[in-house]
Amino acid sequence: MSDNVPALHIRDLTKIYNNGFEALKGVSFDVLPGDFVALLGPNGAGKSTIIGILCSLVRKNSGQVEIFGNNIDSHFSRAKKDIGVVPQEFNFNQFEKVFDIVVTQAGYYGLPRKLSLFRAEKYLRELGLWDKRQDRARTLSGGMKRRLMIARALVHEPRLLILDEPTAGVDIELRRSLWEFLTEINDQGTTIILTTHYLEEAESLCRNIAIIDRGVIVQNTTTRDLLSQLNREVFILDTQEKLADFPTIEGYSGRVVDGYCIEIEVEKSQSLNELFVALSEQDIHVLSMRNKANRLEELFISMTQSTDDQRPSQ
Amino acid sequence: MGIREQWIAYVTLVVKEVRRFTRIWLQTLLPPAITIALYFVIFGTLIGPRIGQMSGFNYMEFVVPGLIMLAVITNSFGNVVSSFFGNKFAGNIEEMLVSPMPNYIILLGFLTGGVARGLTVGVIVTLLSLFFTDLNIQHPLVTVSVVILTSILFSLAGLVNAIYAENFDDISIIPTFVLTPLTYLGGVFYSMSLLPEFWQGVSKLNPVLYMVNAFRYGFLGISDIEISWAFTMLTGFVVALFVFALYLLKTGKNLRA
Repeated sequence: MSDNVPALHIRDLTKIYNNGFEALKGVSFDVLPGDFVALLGPNGAGKSTIIGILCSLVRKNSGQVEIFGNNIDSHFSRAKKDIGVVPQEFNFNQFEKVFDIVVTQAGYYGLPRKLSLFRAEKYLRELGLWDKRQDRARTLSGGMKRRLMIARALVHEPRLLILDEPTAGVDIELRRSLWEFLTEINDQGTTIILTTHYLEEAESLCRNIAIIDRGVIVQNTTTRDLLSQLNREVFILDTQEKLADFPTIEGYSGRVVDGYCIEIEVEKSQSLNELFVALSEQDIHVLSMRNKANRLEELFISMTQSTDDQRPSQ
Repeated sequence: MGIREQWIAYVTLVVKEVRRFTRIWLQTLLPPAITIALYFVIFGTLIGPRIGQMSGFNYMEFVVPGLIMLAVITNSFGNVVSSFFGNKFAGNIEEMLVSPMPNYIILLGFLTGGVARGLTVGVIVTLLSLFFTDLNIQHPLVTVSVVILTSILFSLAGLVNAIYAENFDDISIIPTFVLTPLTYLGGVFYSMSLLPEFWQGVSKLNPVLYMVNAFRYGFLGISDIEISWAFTMLTGFVVALFVFALYLLKTGKNLRA
Protein backbone atom coordinates (compact mmCIF):
# COMPACT_ATOMS: atom_id res chain seq x y z
CA MET A 1 0.00 0.00 0.00
CA SER A 2 1.37 3.39 -0.99
CA ASP A 3 2.22 5.90 1.72
CA ASN A 4 0.12 8.42 -0.19
CA VAL A 5 -3.06 6.53 0.60
CA PRO A 6 -4.92 8.35 3.36
CA ALA A 7 -5.60 6.54 6.59
CA LEU A 8 -9.18 7.70 6.27
CA HIS A 9 -10.90 8.99 3.18
CA ILE A 10 -14.50 10.17 3.52
CA ARG A 11 -16.50 11.63 0.65
CA ASP A 12 -20.06 12.99 0.62
CA LEU A 13 -21.14 10.94 3.61
CA THR A 14 -24.80 11.25 4.49
CA LYS A 15 -26.92 9.67 7.17
CA ILE A 16 -30.60 10.09 7.87
CA TYR A 17 -31.90 8.10 10.84
CA ASN A 18 -35.24 6.31 10.76
CA ASN A 19 -36.84 9.12 12.75
CA GLY A 20 -35.94 11.53 9.93
CA PHE A 21 -33.03 13.19 11.72
CA GLU A 22 -30.36 14.16 9.20
CA ALA A 23 -27.16 13.51 11.11
CA LEU A 24 -24.66 13.93 8.27
CA LYS A 25 -25.14 16.19 5.26
CA GLY A 26 -22.38 15.28 2.83
CA VAL A 27 -19.33 15.10 5.06
CA SER A 28 -15.94 14.89 3.32
CA PHE A 29 -12.49 14.84 4.84
CA ASP A 30 -9.21 12.94 4.79
CA VAL A 31 -6.86 11.89 7.56
CA LEU A 32 -3.25 11.23 6.65
CA PRO A 33 -1.34 8.22 7.99
CA GLY A 34 0.33 8.94 11.33
CA ASP A 35 -1.85 11.97 12.00
CA PHE A 36 -3.46 12.81 15.32
CA VAL A 37 -6.81 14.43 14.61
CA ALA A 38 -9.50 15.81 16.86
CA LEU A 39 -13.07 15.66 15.66
CA LEU A 40 -14.92 18.31 17.58
CA GLY A 41 -18.51 19.36 17.66
CA PRO A 42 -21.39 20.06 20.00
CA ASN A 43 -23.67 17.24 21.15
CA GLY A 44 -25.66 15.86 18.25
CA ALA A 45 -23.31 17.36 15.66
CA GLY A 46 -22.62 14.00 13.99
CA LYS A 47 -19.31 12.91 15.55
CA SER A 48 -20.56 9.60 16.89
CA THR A 49 -22.48 8.94 13.67
CA ILE A 50 -19.24 9.24 11.69
CA ILE A 51 -17.48 6.87 14.10
CA GLY A 52 -20.44 4.49 13.98
CA ILE A 53 -20.25 4.38 10.18
CA LEU A 54 -16.50 3.78 10.23
CA CYS A 55 -16.87 0.76 12.48
CA SER A 56 -20.07 -0.43 10.76
CA LEU A 57 -22.43 0.07 13.69
CA VAL A 58 -24.30 2.71 11.72
CA ARG A 59 -25.43 2.26 8.12
CA LYS A 60 -24.71 5.23 5.89
CA ASN A 61 -27.25 6.43 3.35
CA SER A 62 -24.70 7.46 0.77
CA GLY A 63 -21.08 8.40 0.36
CA GLN A 64 -17.78 6.66 0.28
CA VAL A 65 -15.48 5.62 3.12
CA GLU A 66 -12.03 4.10 2.70
CA ILE A 67 -9.68 2.97 5.45
CA PHE A 68 -6.10 2.86 4.16
CA GLY A 69 -7.51 2.48 0.65
CA ASN A 70 -9.98 -0.30 1.55
CA ASN A 71 -13.59 0.57 0.88
CA ILE A 72 -15.76 -0.32 3.88
CA ASP A 73 -18.47 -1.69 1.58
CA SER A 74 -16.46 -3.81 -0.82
CA HIS A 75 -13.47 -4.73 1.40
CA PHE A 76 -15.06 -4.56 4.84
CA SER A 77 -12.88 -7.28 6.34
CA ARG A 78 -9.59 -5.61 5.40
CA ALA A 79 -10.94 -2.20 6.37
CA LYS A 80 -12.11 -3.41 9.78
CA LYS A 81 -8.77 -5.03 10.56
CA ASP A 82 -7.17 -1.62 10.34
CA ILE A 83 -9.55 0.04 12.79
CA GLY A 84 -9.64 -0.06 16.57
CA VAL A 85 -12.56 1.63 18.26
CA VAL A 86 -12.91 2.89 21.81
CA PRO A 87 -16.59 3.78 22.17
CA GLN A 88 -18.05 6.30 24.54
CA GLU A 89 -20.08 3.78 26.56
CA PHE A 90 -18.64 0.75 28.32
CA ASN A 91 -19.71 -2.10 26.06
CA PHE A 92 -17.85 -5.12 27.37
CA ASN A 93 -19.36 -7.97 29.34
CA GLN A 94 -19.17 -6.76 32.93
CA PHE A 95 -19.15 -10.33 34.23
CA GLU A 96 -16.10 -11.43 32.24
CA LYS A 97 -12.56 -11.27 33.53
CA VAL A 98 -10.39 -8.42 32.27
CA PHE A 99 -7.90 -10.75 30.58
CA ASP A 100 -10.64 -12.80 28.90
CA ILE A 101 -12.26 -9.67 27.43
CA VAL A 102 -9.06 -8.66 25.68
CA VAL A 103 -8.11 -12.18 24.55
CA THR A 104 -11.61 -12.84 23.23
CA GLN A 105 -11.53 -9.63 21.19
CA ALA A 106 -8.22 -10.73 19.69
CA GLY A 107 -9.87 -14.00 18.75
CA TYR A 108 -12.64 -12.17 16.90
CA TYR A 109 -9.92 -10.65 14.73
CA GLY A 110 -8.52 -14.09 14.01
CA LEU A 111 -5.32 -13.72 16.02
CA PRO A 112 -3.76 -17.06 17.00
CA ARG A 113 -4.10 -17.91 20.69
CA LYS A 114 -0.42 -17.48 21.51
CA LEU A 115 -0.28 -14.04 19.91
CA SER A 116 -3.55 -13.04 21.59
CA LEU A 117 -2.15 -13.91 25.02
CA PHE A 118 1.07 -12.02 24.30
CA ARG A 119 -0.74 -8.91 23.05
CA ALA A 120 -3.27 -8.97 25.90
CA GLU A 121 -0.43 -9.03 28.43
CA LYS A 122 1.45 -6.29 26.56
CA TYR A 123 -1.42 -3.83 26.48
CA LEU A 124 -2.79 -4.63 29.92
CA ARG A 125 0.69 -3.98 31.33
CA GLU A 126 1.10 -0.75 29.32
CA LEU A 127 -2.24 0.50 30.55
CA GLY A 128 -1.63 -0.50 34.15
CA LEU A 129 -4.26 -3.23 34.31
CA TRP A 130 -2.07 -6.33 34.51
CA ASP A 131 -2.64 -6.71 38.26
CA LYS A 132 -6.39 -6.65 37.62
CA ARG A 133 -6.36 -9.23 34.83
CA GLN A 134 -8.23 -11.89 36.81
CA ASP A 135 -10.83 -9.45 38.17
CA ARG A 136 -14.32 -9.28 36.75
CA ALA A 137 -14.75 -6.12 34.68
CA ARG A 138 -17.62 -4.86 36.82
CA THR A 139 -15.28 -4.50 39.81
CA LEU A 140 -13.03 -2.00 38.00
CA SER A 141 -13.19 1.74 38.57
CA GLY A 142 -14.44 4.01 35.79
CA GLY A 143 -10.91 4.95 34.75
CA MET A 144 -9.81 1.32 34.67
CA LYS A 145 -12.81 0.39 32.53
CA ARG A 146 -11.84 3.16 30.12
CA ARG A 147 -8.30 1.78 29.93
CA LEU A 148 -9.64 -1.73 29.44
CA MET A 149 -11.54 -0.51 26.38
CA ILE A 150 -8.35 1.01 25.00
CA ALA A 151 -6.43 -2.26 25.57
CA ARG A 152 -9.24 -4.16 23.85
CA ALA A 153 -9.20 -1.78 20.88
CA LEU A 154 -5.44 -2.10 20.50
CA VAL A 155 -5.08 -5.87 20.84
CA HIS A 156 -5.17 -6.44 17.07
CA GLU A 157 -2.78 -3.50 16.61
CA PRO A 158 -4.91 -1.38 14.27
CA ARG A 159 -3.29 1.28 12.10
CA LEU A 160 -6.17 3.65 12.81
CA LEU A 161 -7.39 4.11 16.38
CA ILE A 162 -10.67 5.94 16.94
CA LEU A 163 -11.51 7.16 20.43
CA ASP A 164 -14.91 8.57 21.24
CA GLU A 165 -14.44 10.80 24.27
CA PRO A 166 -11.79 8.58 25.87
CA THR A 167 -11.21 10.79 28.88
CA ALA A 168 -14.82 11.57 29.73
CA GLY A 169 -15.32 11.20 33.45
CA VAL A 170 -11.74 10.30 34.32
CA ASP A 171 -9.66 12.22 36.85
CA ILE A 172 -6.95 14.66 35.82
CA GLU A 173 -4.06 12.36 36.70
CA LEU A 174 -5.43 9.52 34.64
CA ARG A 175 -6.30 11.88 31.81
CA ARG A 176 -2.69 13.03 31.66
CA SER A 177 -1.39 9.45 31.69
CA LEU A 178 -3.79 8.54 28.87
CA TRP A 179 -2.53 11.54 26.89
CA GLU A 180 1.02 10.31 27.31
CA PHE A 181 0.02 6.82 26.23
CA LEU A 182 -1.83 8.07 23.14
CA THR A 183 1.05 10.34 22.18
CA GLU A 184 3.40 7.39 22.50
CA ILE A 185 1.40 5.07 20.23
CA ASN A 186 0.92 7.93 17.76
CA ASP A 187 4.69 8.44 17.73
CA GLN A 188 4.99 4.74 16.92
CA GLY A 189 2.90 5.27 13.80
CA THR A 190 -0.72 4.69 14.81
CA THR A 191 -3.08 7.21 13.28
CA ILE A 192 -5.47 8.54 15.91
CA ILE A 193 -8.86 10.23 15.61
CA LEU A 194 -10.34 11.46 18.81
CA THR A 195 -13.53 13.17 19.79
CA THR A 196 -13.57 15.10 23.00
CA HIS A 197 -15.37 17.80 24.88
CA TYR A 198 -12.14 18.84 26.57
CA LEU A 199 -10.80 21.32 24.06
CA GLU A 200 -7.59 21.62 26.03
CA GLU A 201 -7.12 17.93 25.21
CA ALA A 202 -7.52 18.53 21.48
CA GLU A 203 -5.17 21.53 21.60
CA SER A 204 -2.50 19.61 23.49
CA LEU A 205 -2.62 16.34 21.59
CA CYS A 206 -3.80 16.89 18.05
CA ARG A 207 -1.95 18.23 15.03
CA ASN A 208 -5.17 18.68 13.06
CA ILE A 209 -8.68 19.58 14.05
CA ALA A 210 -11.97 19.07 12.24
CA ILE A 211 -15.04 20.79 13.60
CA ILE A 212 -18.42 19.38 12.72
CA ASP A 213 -21.70 21.09 13.42
CA ARG A 214 -25.17 19.90 12.43
CA GLY A 215 -23.79 17.28 10.12
CA VAL A 216 -21.44 19.60 8.24
CA ILE A 217 -17.66 20.00 8.58
CA VAL A 218 -17.26 23.70 9.34
CA GLN A 219 -13.49 23.67 9.80
CA ASN A 220 -10.74 21.21 8.95
CA THR A 221 -7.22 22.48 9.39
CA THR A 222 -4.10 22.26 11.54
CA THR A 223 -4.36 23.16 15.19
CA ARG A 224 -1.82 25.95 14.64
CA ASP A 225 -3.77 27.51 11.75
CA LEU A 226 -6.97 27.25 13.68
CA LEU A 227 -5.53 29.01 16.70
CA SER A 228 -4.05 31.73 14.50
CA GLN A 229 -7.63 32.65 13.56
CA LEU A 230 -8.20 33.73 17.13
CA ASN A 231 -8.51 37.54 17.01
CA ARG A 232 -9.20 38.26 20.63
CA GLU A 233 -8.21 36.73 23.91
CA VAL A 234 -9.44 37.50 27.38
CA PHE A 235 -6.85 37.43 30.18
CA ILE A 236 -7.39 37.43 33.89
CA LEU A 237 -4.79 39.34 35.89
CA ASP A 238 -4.29 39.01 39.64
CA THR A 239 -3.02 42.29 41.07
CA GLN A 240 -1.14 43.19 44.22
CA GLU A 241 -3.23 46.29 44.79
CA LYS A 242 -6.92 46.40 45.42
CA LEU A 243 -8.70 48.12 42.52
CA ALA A 244 -12.03 49.86 42.79
CA ASP A 245 -12.43 50.55 39.05
CA PHE A 246 -10.96 49.21 35.86
CA PRO A 247 -7.86 51.31 35.04
CA THR A 248 -8.08 53.50 31.99
CA ILE A 249 -5.70 52.11 29.37
CA GLU A 250 -6.07 53.37 25.83
CA GLY A 251 -7.17 50.67 23.40
CA TYR A 252 -7.88 48.06 26.07
CA SER A 253 -11.19 47.28 27.68
CA GLY A 254 -12.12 45.09 30.60
CA ARG A 255 -13.71 44.94 34.02
CA VAL A 256 -12.89 44.36 37.64
CA VAL A 257 -13.85 40.86 38.69
CA ASP A 258 -13.16 41.50 42.35
CA GLY A 259 -10.80 43.89 44.11
CA TYR A 260 -7.63 41.99 43.27
CA CYS A 261 -8.59 40.54 39.92
CA ILE A 262 -9.27 42.18 36.55
CA GLU A 263 -10.36 40.84 33.19
CA ILE A 264 -8.79 42.40 30.06
CA GLU A 265 -9.63 41.84 26.39
CA VAL A 266 -6.58 41.83 24.12
CA GLU A 267 -6.86 41.99 20.35
CA LYS A 268 -4.46 39.94 18.21
CA SER A 269 -2.84 43.18 16.99
CA GLN A 270 -2.27 44.50 20.50
CA SER A 271 0.89 44.04 22.51
CA LEU A 272 0.99 42.54 25.99
CA ASN A 273 4.15 44.53 26.71
CA GLU A 274 2.29 47.81 26.16
CA LEU A 275 -0.41 46.63 28.48
CA PHE A 276 2.06 45.86 31.27
CA VAL A 277 3.84 49.18 30.79
CA ALA A 278 0.53 51.00 31.07
CA LEU A 279 -0.37 49.09 34.21
CA SER A 280 3.03 49.80 35.77
CA GLU A 281 2.66 53.51 35.05
CA GLN A 282 -0.51 53.40 37.15
CA ASP A 283 1.36 51.55 39.94
CA ILE A 284 -0.58 48.39 39.34
CA HIS A 285 1.58 45.30 39.90
CA VAL A 286 0.48 42.09 38.23
CA LEU A 287 1.13 38.92 40.27
CA SER A 288 -0.13 36.36 37.77
CA MET A 289 -1.94 36.10 34.47
CA ARG A 290 -3.97 33.40 32.76
CA ASN A 291 -6.36 32.91 29.82
CA LYS A 292 -9.97 33.25 30.88
CA ALA A 293 -11.00 30.35 28.62
CA ASN A 294 -9.13 27.78 26.61
CA ARG A 295 -8.15 29.43 23.34
CA LEU A 296 -9.61 26.65 21.25
CA GLU A 297 -12.81 26.81 23.24
CA GLU A 298 -13.33 30.41 22.23
CA LEU A 299 -12.84 29.56 18.56
CA PHE A 300 -15.05 26.52 18.82
CA ILE A 301 -17.89 28.51 20.32
CA SER A 302 -17.57 31.28 17.74
CA MET A 303 -17.55 28.78 14.85
CA THR A 304 -20.47 26.71 16.01
CA GLN A 305 -22.40 29.88 16.88
CA SER A 306 -21.78 31.28 13.41
CA THR A 307 -23.29 28.18 11.82
CA ASP A 308 -26.32 28.74 14.04
CA ASP A 309 -26.62 32.21 12.58
CA GLN A 310 -26.25 30.97 9.03
CA ARG A 311 -28.99 28.37 9.36
CA PRO A 312 -31.81 29.99 11.26
CA SER A 313 -34.46 27.96 9.49
CA GLN A 314 -33.34 24.66 11.07
CA MET B 1 -10.51 -12.73 6.76
CA GLY B 2 -8.80 -15.90 5.68
CA ILE B 3 -10.18 -19.35 6.44
CA ARG B 4 -7.79 -19.87 9.36
CA GLU B 5 -8.69 -16.49 10.89
CA GLN B 6 -12.39 -17.25 10.48
CA TRP B 7 -11.87 -20.59 12.21
CA ILE B 8 -10.10 -18.86 15.11
CA ALA B 9 -12.94 -16.32 15.38
CA TYR B 10 -15.51 -19.13 15.31
CA VAL B 11 -13.73 -21.15 18.01
CA THR B 12 -13.36 -17.99 20.12
CA LEU B 13 -17.08 -17.33 19.98
CA VAL B 14 -17.98 -20.97 20.69
CA VAL B 15 -15.60 -21.13 23.67
CA LYS B 16 -17.11 -17.89 24.99
CA GLU B 17 -20.63 -19.27 24.63
CA VAL B 18 -19.82 -22.61 26.24
CA ARG B 19 -17.93 -20.87 29.04
CA ARG B 20 -21.00 -18.71 29.64
CA PHE B 21 -23.47 -21.52 30.18
CA THR B 22 -21.05 -23.69 32.14
CA ARG B 23 -20.08 -20.78 34.40
CA ILE B 24 -23.73 -20.29 35.36
CA TRP B 25 -24.54 -24.02 35.48
CA LEU B 26 -26.84 -23.47 38.45
CA GLN B 27 -29.10 -21.51 36.10
CA THR B 28 -28.53 -23.42 32.88
CA LEU B 29 -27.82 -27.10 33.54
CA LEU B 30 -29.27 -27.92 36.94
CA PRO B 31 -32.85 -26.60 36.57
CA PRO B 32 -33.71 -28.65 33.45
CA ALA B 33 -32.23 -31.74 35.10
CA ILE B 34 -34.42 -31.25 38.17
CA THR B 35 -37.53 -30.43 36.14
CA ILE B 36 -37.20 -33.46 33.89
CA ALA B 37 -36.35 -35.70 36.87
CA LEU B 38 -39.64 -34.57 38.44
CA TYR B 39 -41.44 -35.47 35.20
CA PHE B 40 -39.84 -38.91 35.39
CA VAL B 41 -40.95 -39.36 38.99
CA ILE B 42 -44.50 -38.06 38.54
CA PHE B 43 -45.43 -39.26 35.06
CA GLY B 44 -43.20 -42.28 34.93
CA THR B 45 -43.21 -43.73 38.42
CA LEU B 46 -46.35 -42.38 40.13
CA ILE B 47 -48.91 -41.89 37.34
CA GLY B 48 -47.33 -44.03 34.62
CA PRO B 49 -48.27 -47.47 36.03
CA ARG B 50 -51.94 -46.40 36.21
CA ILE B 51 -51.87 -45.32 32.55
CA GLY B 52 -50.55 -48.68 31.44
CA GLN B 53 -49.23 -49.34 27.93
CA MET B 54 -48.82 -46.63 25.28
CA SER B 55 -48.20 -47.82 21.71
CA GLY B 56 -47.04 -51.15 23.11
CA PHE B 57 -44.57 -49.76 25.67
CA ASN B 58 -44.92 -48.98 29.33
CA TYR B 59 -45.57 -45.28 29.89
CA MET B 60 -42.12 -44.53 31.29
CA GLU B 61 -40.41 -45.95 28.21
CA PHE B 62 -42.83 -44.04 25.98
CA VAL B 63 -42.43 -40.69 27.68
CA VAL B 64 -38.61 -40.64 28.06
CA PRO B 65 -37.73 -39.70 24.43
CA GLY B 66 -40.32 -36.90 24.47
CA LEU B 67 -38.99 -35.51 27.72
CA ILE B 68 -35.42 -35.59 26.47
CA MET B 69 -36.58 -33.72 23.38
CA LEU B 70 -38.49 -31.21 25.53
CA ALA B 71 -35.27 -30.44 27.43
CA VAL B 72 -33.22 -30.14 24.24
CA ILE B 73 -35.73 -27.80 22.58
CA THR B 74 -36.15 -25.42 25.52
CA ASN B 75 -32.45 -25.27 26.32
CA SER B 76 -31.22 -24.80 22.76
CA PHE B 77 -33.71 -21.97 22.28
CA GLY B 78 -33.16 -20.50 25.73
CA ASN B 79 -29.39 -20.45 25.44
CA VAL B 80 -29.23 -18.48 22.22
CA VAL B 81 -32.10 -16.12 22.95
CA SER B 82 -30.72 -15.16 26.37
CA SER B 83 -27.08 -14.97 25.31
CA PHE B 84 -27.62 -13.01 22.12
CA PHE B 85 -30.16 -10.66 23.67
CA GLY B 86 -27.91 -10.24 26.72
CA ASN B 87 -25.06 -9.25 24.42
CA LYS B 88 -27.33 -6.88 22.56
CA PHE B 89 -28.77 -5.35 25.73
CA ALA B 90 -25.36 -4.79 27.34
CA GLY B 91 -23.89 -3.50 24.09
CA ASN B 92 -21.11 -6.07 23.86
CA ILE B 93 -22.56 -7.46 20.65
CA GLU B 94 -20.64 -4.48 19.23
CA GLU B 95 -17.39 -6.32 20.00
CA MET B 96 -18.41 -8.80 17.31
CA LEU B 97 -20.02 -6.33 14.92
CA VAL B 98 -16.96 -4.06 14.72
CA SER B 99 -14.64 -7.00 14.13
CA PRO B 100 -13.96 -8.39 10.65
CA MET B 101 -15.87 -11.58 11.53
CA PRO B 102 -18.34 -12.39 8.74
CA ASN B 103 -22.00 -12.60 9.73
CA TYR B 104 -22.15 -16.34 9.13
CA ILE B 105 -19.37 -16.90 11.68
CA ILE B 106 -21.35 -14.93 14.27
CA LEU B 107 -24.40 -16.99 13.38
CA LEU B 108 -22.51 -20.30 13.53
CA GLY B 109 -20.86 -19.34 16.81
CA PHE B 110 -24.14 -18.68 18.63
CA LEU B 111 -25.73 -21.66 16.92
CA THR B 112 -22.99 -23.99 18.13
CA GLY B 113 -23.32 -22.58 21.65
CA GLY B 114 -27.04 -23.34 21.61
CA VAL B 115 -26.51 -26.83 20.27
CA ALA B 116 -23.78 -27.46 22.86
CA ARG B 117 -26.12 -26.56 25.70
CA GLY B 118 -29.08 -28.40 24.19
CA LEU B 119 -27.05 -31.58 23.77
CA THR B 120 -25.37 -31.25 27.18
CA VAL B 121 -28.77 -31.03 28.85
CA GLY B 122 -30.00 -33.87 26.60
CA VAL B 123 -27.17 -36.10 27.79
CA ILE B 124 -27.77 -35.18 31.46
CA VAL B 125 -31.48 -35.94 31.14
CA THR B 126 -30.78 -39.20 29.30
CA LEU B 127 -28.42 -40.30 32.08
CA LEU B 128 -31.05 -39.38 34.68
CA SER B 129 -33.66 -41.43 32.84
CA LEU B 130 -31.50 -44.52 33.36
CA PHE B 131 -32.47 -44.37 37.04
CA PHE B 132 -36.09 -44.90 36.01
CA THR B 133 -36.04 -47.18 32.98
CA ASP B 134 -33.81 -49.13 30.62
CA LEU B 135 -33.03 -47.46 27.34
CA ASN B 136 -32.55 -49.44 24.16
CA ILE B 137 -31.84 -47.25 21.19
CA GLN B 138 -33.27 -48.94 18.11
CA HIS B 139 -31.92 -46.55 15.48
CA PRO B 140 -28.90 -44.64 16.84
CA LEU B 141 -28.27 -42.70 13.64
CA VAL B 142 -31.86 -41.45 13.51
CA THR B 143 -31.75 -40.56 17.22
CA VAL B 144 -28.53 -38.56 16.95
CA SER B 145 -29.40 -36.80 13.70
CA VAL B 146 -32.89 -35.82 14.88
CA VAL B 147 -31.66 -34.42 18.18
CA ILE B 148 -28.91 -32.43 16.47
CA LEU B 149 -31.22 -31.06 13.77
CA THR B 150 -33.83 -30.13 16.39
CA SER B 151 -31.23 -28.41 18.51
CA ILE B 152 -29.97 -26.45 15.49
CA LEU B 153 -33.51 -25.48 14.53
CA PHE B 154 -34.40 -24.10 17.96
CA SER B 155 -31.05 -22.39 18.38
CA LEU B 156 -31.76 -20.56 15.13
CA ALA B 157 -35.26 -19.72 16.32
CA GLY B 158 -33.75 -18.35 19.53
CA LEU B 159 -31.39 -16.14 17.54
CA VAL B 160 -34.21 -14.73 15.41
CA ASN B 161 -36.25 -14.07 18.55
CA ALA B 162 -33.27 -12.32 20.17
CA ILE B 163 -32.67 -10.11 17.12
CA TYR B 164 -36.28 -8.93 17.11
CA ALA B 165 -36.51 -8.60 20.91
CA GLU B 166 -36.33 -5.07 22.24
CA ASN B 167 -36.77 -5.86 25.93
CA PHE B 168 -36.70 -8.81 28.28
CA ASP B 169 -40.46 -9.39 27.90
CA ASP B 170 -39.90 -10.08 24.22
CA ILE B 171 -37.58 -12.99 24.92
CA SER B 172 -40.08 -14.73 27.18
CA ILE B 173 -43.17 -14.34 24.97
CA ILE B 174 -42.17 -16.93 22.35
CA PRO B 175 -41.08 -19.62 24.85
CA THR B 176 -44.21 -19.12 26.96
CA PHE B 177 -46.89 -18.68 24.35
CA VAL B 178 -45.51 -20.59 21.38
CA LEU B 179 -42.78 -23.02 22.31
CA THR B 180 -44.30 -24.57 25.42
CA PRO B 181 -47.78 -25.20 23.93
CA LEU B 182 -46.30 -26.62 20.73
CA THR B 183 -44.00 -28.92 22.70
CA TYR B 184 -46.63 -30.11 25.18
CA LEU B 185 -49.10 -30.68 22.34
CA GLY B 186 -46.40 -32.27 20.20
CA GLY B 187 -46.88 -35.79 21.48
CA VAL B 188 -44.39 -35.70 24.35
CA PHE B 189 -46.87 -37.27 26.79
CA TYR B 190 -49.25 -39.12 24.48
CA SER B 191 -49.58 -40.90 21.18
CA MET B 192 -51.36 -38.98 18.47
CA SER B 193 -53.47 -42.08 17.82
CA LEU B 194 -55.35 -41.33 21.08
CA LEU B 195 -56.76 -38.12 19.61
CA PRO B 196 -59.99 -37.81 17.61
CA GLU B 197 -59.40 -37.69 13.87
CA PHE B 198 -59.94 -33.90 13.65
CA TRP B 199 -57.34 -33.15 16.33
CA GLN B 200 -54.95 -35.61 14.70
CA GLY B 201 -55.17 -33.44 11.59
CA VAL B 202 -54.60 -30.28 13.62
CA SER B 203 -51.64 -31.89 15.40
CA LYS B 204 -49.99 -32.57 12.06
CA LEU B 205 -49.61 -28.82 11.65
CA ASN B 206 -47.36 -28.79 14.72
CA PRO B 207 -43.70 -29.14 13.65
CA VAL B 208 -42.64 -30.29 17.12
CA LEU B 209 -44.80 -33.41 16.67
CA TYR B 210 -42.49 -34.55 13.86
CA MET B 211 -39.36 -34.01 15.92
CA VAL B 212 -40.67 -35.81 18.98
CA ASN B 213 -41.97 -38.72 16.94
CA ALA B 214 -38.81 -39.05 14.90
CA PHE B 215 -36.76 -39.03 18.09
CA ARG B 216 -39.06 -41.60 19.68
CA TYR B 217 -38.70 -43.72 16.57
CA GLY B 218 -34.94 -43.65 17.08
CA PHE B 219 -35.37 -44.95 20.63
CA LEU B 220 -38.35 -47.27 20.43
CA GLY B 221 -38.83 -47.93 16.71
CA ILE B 222 -42.40 -46.54 16.75
CA SER B 223 -43.80 -43.32 15.31
CA ASP B 224 -47.16 -41.70 14.57
CA ILE B 225 -45.74 -40.06 11.44
CA GLU B 226 -43.56 -40.86 8.45
CA ILE B 227 -39.88 -40.51 9.46
CA SER B 228 -38.69 -39.33 6.06
CA TRP B 229 -41.27 -36.53 6.20
CA ALA B 230 -39.97 -35.56 9.64
CA PHE B 231 -36.43 -35.26 8.28
CA THR B 232 -37.61 -33.30 5.28
CA MET B 233 -39.48 -30.83 7.49
CA LEU B 234 -36.62 -30.48 9.94
CA THR B 235 -34.07 -29.87 7.20
CA GLY B 236 -36.39 -27.44 5.44
CA PHE B 237 -37.00 -25.40 8.60
CA VAL B 238 -33.29 -25.37 9.44
CA VAL B 239 -32.32 -24.08 6.00
CA ALA B 240 -35.10 -21.49 5.97
CA LEU B 241 -34.29 -20.17 9.45
CA PHE B 242 -30.55 -20.16 8.76
CA VAL B 243 -31.04 -18.04 5.65
CA PHE B 244 -33.46 -15.74 7.46
CA ALA B 245 -31.16 -15.27 10.48
CA LEU B 246 -28.25 -14.53 8.16
CA TYR B 247 -30.39 -12.00 6.32
CA LEU B 248 -31.26 -10.29 9.61
CA LEU B 249 -27.59 -10.09 10.59
CA LYS B 250 -26.62 -8.80 7.16
CA THR B 251 -29.24 -6.07 7.18
CA GLY B 252 -28.40 -5.24 10.79
CA LYS B 253 -32.00 -5.46 11.94
CA ASN B 254 -32.14 -4.01 15.48
CA LEU B 255 -28.34 -4.23 15.63
CA ARG B 256 -27.04 -1.40 13.49
CA ALA B 257 -28.59 2.08 13.42
